[in-house]
Amino acid sequence: MALSAEENGRLTGLLSEHAERVVQRWTEVATASLRGRLSQAELRRQVQDLHRSMVEAGRGGSFDLESESAGELRAVLAELSRGRARQGFTATETAVSVYGLKDVLLELLESDADTALRDYVAFSSLVDQMGLFTFESFVRTREGLIADQAEQLLELSTPVVKIWEGVVAVPLVGTLDSARAQVVMERLLQTLVDTSSPYAIIDITGVPAVDTQVAQHILKTVVAARLMGADCIISGIRPQIAQTIVALGIEFGDIATKASLADALRHVLRLTGAETARRQPRRES
Amino acid sequence: MERVPVLKIGDILLVSIQVDMSDQTAVQLQEDLAERIVATGCHGVIIDITALDIVDSFVGRMLSTIASISRVLDAETVVVGMRPAVAITLVELGLSLNGIRTALNVERGMELIAAAQADDYDYSAEDEPDDETTATR
Repeated sequence: MALSAEENGRLTGLLSEHAERVVQRWTEVATASLRGRLSQAELRRQVQDLHRSMVEAGRGGSFDLESESAGELRAVLAELSRGRARQGFTATETAVSVYGLKDVLLELLESDADTALRDYVAFSSLVDQMGLFTFESFVRTREGLIADQAEQLLELSTPVVKIWEGVVAVPLVGTLDSARAQVVMERLLQTLVDTSSPYAIIDITGVPAVDTQVAQHILKTVVAARLMGADCIISGIRPQIAQTIVALGIEFGDIATKASLADALRHVLRLTGAETARRQPRRES
Repeated sequence: MERVPVLKIGDILLVSIQVDMSDQTAVQLQEDLAERIVATGCHGVIIDITALDIVDSFVGRMLSTIASISRVLDAETVVVGMRPAVAITLVELGLSLNGIRTALNVERGMELIAAAQADDYDYSAEDEPDDETTATR
């Protein structure tokens, strides 16, 4: 998609000759599409950067976005789309900032009708290429943001809290998929070791639906905790969830299940209380 | 050949496994432990596997065997210090160490054995309190 030397010369000539007018019109077109969400001064600065790096790329020889001389232009485009993606602009709004150049070029070429059409087609394909590059950077930044947020969500949504001496609780919130279940399991087991708590309460009040897969994850966690020598109680089972569990035929076996976290804590305290009560006379004897 | 030491603490035998278990080491440990239980008359065995990164079916079976041997000799076996990663792997493999009691650490394990023995004493203690009171006087 590289321009020929002749076309390149004409484009660079046009851009540098009418520098002030190009920047002015380009900024206007871009501003119109962004509806005042970015200040005119800020936009003008960005357009000026783009314009300058385009002229530089043109002077550096053949005008090709892939070439070495266009390195700065690529950097400016990437920076622009990264900024837009972070500020929450849509892909269209970002792309118009680049495609706006087409309108400007068309206006400039109208005065010279001779080679206008051929040049315009060549120029606009270059602008298309720049636009696609912008899209790519934009999408990459967006994907990065989404991945970061997913990770943050994973960290935020699985706290393990100590609610009593020797008792930790995991309030599960949101849908439990395999990845989250794994994180919950690891964090819970690690906390059991760190605090040497023999009891854990898994509270599923915030889990919207329990299917066989979610139940499987919970059961695995309980079995793993048992292997390590800790006991798990499942609490926060809502009426609909209880009905679903029975309808699906999920067996919790000898795992204690309680309706509320308070009931679960009472159950644990009774267990530990019974143990200490039983052990007390032996220590004295 | 590497040998796993068996330590006696009060009424409990403590086995801390710190080496990779081979067939020979496992058999040697079973023999040593059986002999020590008989020789010392201990009623509790604690097997500490904190140092083990991997617990496969072989080690799992060895633990089960040791627990069975100890039970025959009237000693309670508790496996302590299993790492979270090990527990997760065992669950994923579908290996549940049946018939083995577990505790988070050695301290909890000792409490568990003490509690189990307290249960035993409860049955026999009823005839004995007179002897104890006379003994303290």
